Amino acid sequence: MIPAAFTYLRAGSVDEALALAADGGDDAKFLAGGHSLLPLMKLRLAVPEVLVDIGRLSELSYVRADGGDIAVGALTSYHDLAQSSLLARELPLLAQAASQVGDPQVRHRGTIGGSLAHADPAADLPAVVLALDAALIARGPAGVREIAAADFFQGLFESALQPGELLTEIRIPRPASAGWSFQKFTKRAIDWAIVGVAVTGGRVALVNMGQQPVRASAVEQALASGAAPRDAAAFAAEGTSPPDDLNGDVRYRSHLARVLTARALDEAAARA
Amino acid sequence: MKVSVTVNGNPVTAEVPDRTLLVHFVREEAGLTATNVGCDTSSCGACTVLLDGQSVKSCTVLAAQADGRAVTTVEGLARKGEGEAGGELHPVQQAFRAEHGLQCGFCTPGMVMAAVSLLAENPSPTEEDVRLGLEGNLCRCTGYHNIVRAILAASKEQVS
Repeated sequence: MIPAAFTYLRAGSVDEALALAADGGDDAKFLAGGHSLLPLMKLRLAVPEVLVDIGRLSELSYVRADGGDIAVGALTSYHDLAQSSLLARELPLLAQAASQVGDPQVRHRGTIGGSLAHADPAADLPAVVLALDAALIARGPAGVREIAAADFFQGLFESALQPGELLTEIRIPRPASAGWSFQKFTKRAIDWAIVGVAVTGGRVALVNMGQQPVRASAVEQALASGAAPRDAAAFAAEGTSPPDDLNGDVRYRSHLARVLTARALDEAAARA
Repeated sequence: MKVSVTVNGNPVTAEVPDRTLLVHFVREEAGLTATNVGCDTSSCGACTVLLDGQSVKSCTVLAAQADGRAVTTVEGLARKGEGEAGGELHPVQQAFRAEHGLQCGFCTPGMVMAAVSLLAENPSPTEEDVRLGLEGNLCRCTGYHNIVRAILAASKEQVS
């Protein structure tokens, strides 16, 4: 399988990437590691006419402490997230979730920014940044803007990024409490999660329980009003609209959400 | 576009369509056909090569993304020696032979490259580390036990 024909352009800087994307118009796409986009292009589910390769912009690959936040460059690979000693210390939830994405080869190429911009509700990192209450920094023709993770994921493969806008950084406030957990359930090693859950502090976010990653608000409210973790987890599927597919129907996914949320809350409590 | 890749230490330059995948560049332009196209959907790992030392699935990388970089395929692992048969196999290749880490052999080039990358990152893996490290490589003969044994043996060989 090969993708439909396109024009490949390589950007040497963020400014050049924005200019090339603007010239390419609606049919231009940014290419980072390519591990979400190229498979779709091979299946002809995505047919961009212009690819702007931003993969060499090493200035967008970093993890650093910045005041009260941890700043993560959008081109940081899953592998580098998983290996980061700063994340291991300050944000182990992100490091651990990144270490479970795909397989080693995928983790060498795939990037956090690529995953978030792709906005696949079955992907792990969108739910993780939602639980972490991250701010996403985008640069576009109109300048720089900050988008809260809660506003970023708008639907199936749909983010708040405008055409020609490039996600450059993910800013994550250092969590106030130590407890965290990431749980996902897959049939086979490299599969996407049938359901996943990220817990940090009192926030709970779900993978693959709707058209976009969602906060389990009913669980959070129960926890805030003093419910025991096991009791709060019973509300995990409330207000969700999980997909119904070969991997599981709505009932099965709802059950998984409750079970995984209970495990995650238990683990987070044990770590706190 | 013109793409130049250093494949197993040798520069390979070719004018290829922009949509050319790295695996096809390696097989058709570099003429090295050990790297297999298996599932073609970045699941099976038969096309695994090293890109600047890290394992990647070459069916999901554009040749253009590897332009100016170094690729290592299984043909590039053996130490060069005198004449055709004079080379010495890489410790991972030797271990696959000694432990019979293959059945039909289709997945083997990708398995070996995944193992080389794994051992570069973790020279003394546990059996669990090895099994997790091979998540991205499928053996349809299901000969995993000997493959894992081979990689553990190679790690001991390299460490000692």
